[in-house]
Amino acid sequence: MAPVGPLARISRLGSGICRNHRLIFNRSPQRRGIASCIDPAHGLSDEQREFQKVAFDFAANEMAPHMAEWDEKEMFPIETMRKAAQLGFGGIYVQPDVGGSGLSRLDTSVIFEALSTGCVSTTAYISIHNMCAWMIDTFGNTEQREKFCPDLCSMEKFASYCLTEPGSGSDAASLLTTAQLKGDHYILNGSKAFISGGGDTDVYVVMCRTGGKGPKGISCLVVEKETPGLSFGKKEKKVEFIVVLAVTVLTWSKNSFSISSFHINTLPTASCSLGAAHACVQLARDHLLVRKQFGETLSNNQFLQFKLAEMATKLVASRLLVREAATALQESRSDAVSLCSMAKLFVTDECFNICNQALQMHGGYGYLKDYAVQQFVRDIRVHQILEGTNEVMRMIISRNLLTES
Amino acid sequence: MGSSTSLVPKSVTAAINAHGFGYFGCPHTFGQVGYRLKRTEQYIRVKPDNSSVVTDGVKHSMNPFCEIAVEEAVKLKEKKLIKEVVAVSCGPQQVQETIRTALAMGADRGIHVEVTGKDYETLGPLQVSKIMAALAKKEEAQLVILGKQAIDDDCNQTGQMTAALLDWPQGTFASELSLEGDKIKVVREIDGGLETIKINTPAVVTADLRLNTPRYATLPNIMKAKKKKIANVKPADLGVDITSRLEVLRVDEPPQRQAGMKVETVDDLVGKLKEAGMV
Repeated sequence: MAPVGPLARISRLGSGICRNHRLIFNRSPQRRGIASCIDPAHGLSDEQREFQKVAFDFAANEMAPHMAEWDEKEMFPIETMRKAAQLGFGGIYVQPDVGGSGLSRLDTSVIFEALSTGCVSTTAYISIHNMCAWMIDTFGNTEQREKFCPDLCSMEKFASYCLTEPGSGSDAASLLTTAQLKGDHYILNGSKAFISGGGDTDVYVVMCRTGGKGPKGISCLVVEKETPGLSFGKKEKKVEFIVVLAVTVLTWSKNSFSISSFHINTLPTASCSLGAAHACVQLARDHLLVRKQFGETLSNNQFLQFKLAEMATKLVASRLLVREAATALQESRSDAVSLCSMAKLFVTDECFNICNQALQMHGGYGYLKDYAVQQFVRDIRVHQILEGTNEVMRMIISRNLLTES
Repeated sequence: MGSSTSLVPKSVTAAINAHGFGYFGCPHTFGQVGYRLKRTEQYIRVKPDNSSVVTDGVKHSMNPFCEIAVEEAVKLKEKKLIKEVVAVSCGPQQVQETIRTALAMGADRGIHVEVTGKDYETLGPLQVSKIMAALAKKEEAQLVILGKQAIDDDCNQTGQMTAALLDWPQGTFASELSLEGDKIKVVREIDGGLETIKINTPAVVTADLRLNTPRYATLPNIMKAKKKKIANVKPADLGVDITSRLEVLRVDEPPQRQAGMKVETVDDLVGKLKEAGMV
């Protein structure tokens, strides 16, 4: 087989172009130069490609250059997220009448996948914010929607989702935070843990117990940051004896809090993993084309060629599964719940492996902080855990197979 | 057959893609602003037969200077200095994508001048400027804004040729643009620094790098762009003959960069230069 010669990617600058122009040539690892088998634009409509392009451009220009700094300084990048919101990323699948973009689940998945190539953890937060906005949009009454959604869609205010407690993770339905109705208000008592954005955000969507034991006794309250009694621990959030107006209860219907509510954010999580894996495959490919050992570039090594091919195949398989699950969810198909669980399980596991493998291909450079690959690996490791652990995903899938209908 | 896959710097790819990017604009109450978009490649290789550059399967996007031109036109409209922004592109079906991007940035409507196949491969600045001139007259435009050059062929000719064909004044390499009464003030980036000129309308302006920073299209605007119209037109309808008077003989990559040499003294340097016949 003919060896692949060194391919230098020359960015073509016209004479006299100053280097600090924003977009002329995208040298970041997320560049999408030569169309290839892993091109995420395959199979999308023209409009979806437009959305994707904006998201990729935004990720490359506004997020990727800062992702290491945000990680190191543990920053919540408010300004950048507000810029994203101006483009419509604050309430992607929220209805337009309250400021959302009114797009489909598939459009959303495509956008989060692209944004994730710029910074996984920021995109993961943005997806949670979108979910909260959607919950209020879908289950809130007119007053609630008008009060909260416009500010959330523009990211004038930020939102967090509060479900997990110190004592209830996978067994979410056993949560202990109570909300007792006293006249025109609720008294909330309890504490929540693992809140993305907790302490920095303004609006908290809190799952708490208003009725008896188990899932049917759980309701969803929207709590604002200024509510007296709300306190925040060390980057964890505690809710104790706070008084919340009754109007903030979302009309979460009786059958609502079932396992299926996990699926509110399983897909965006899987989409974020996809973006990270896509970025890592490109980083690995670029490294193989540049790094030389034993007298030739690593790209001439058959083991590495095959490894890269496997990574690319798993990436595309993952992407197809996520997009199919998104379509099923959008169409409220009967297989939506199980498909979303399968997607989350498969994609988060595979994408982590892809990123991990990409790190391995970088050799010693792989674990230096100067190289982005290690941040992708660290950032997506948690996706196998949050938004429903991959073990819980297996519970859901096996239940579907083994329950007598 | 193995293809030699070295990347080619732009100086060699003068043969491909030659549609310029122009604007039609009206600074005041009548007429419209138009601009022309060029769809360019991002990473290129020479075909094995040295006839041209590989375009299949290569990602194309709007020429960066064209994006700047679109942005300027949209800004003028937002300042209410012009009435309408029209985006024009010449090429096959795929250029509609590029026009849509312009519509998503704020253009009002698009014109797709259909040029396909061999005609498209040989389309150069002269033909494009003829098309632009014809459209400018037809649309009664007051201002045509183009990107100063395309990044695939770097011709930097279309704007100037369009102005010449229309016998309109031109403000090229614009880094600042303002409308003053019925004149346009253009600050041009030239070799010696910055030159400020005032030209009458109607006029042709070409956008340089520092004119502005193009905006991102927003999701709502992308959706609104779907409803905006793109008219289809053929060069023949405009009375333009697009046969090329140029024939591309050969396309080659530039020679690989050679290693340099270090010398100890100035005398050595002069000696080496003389040896190489350069002095």
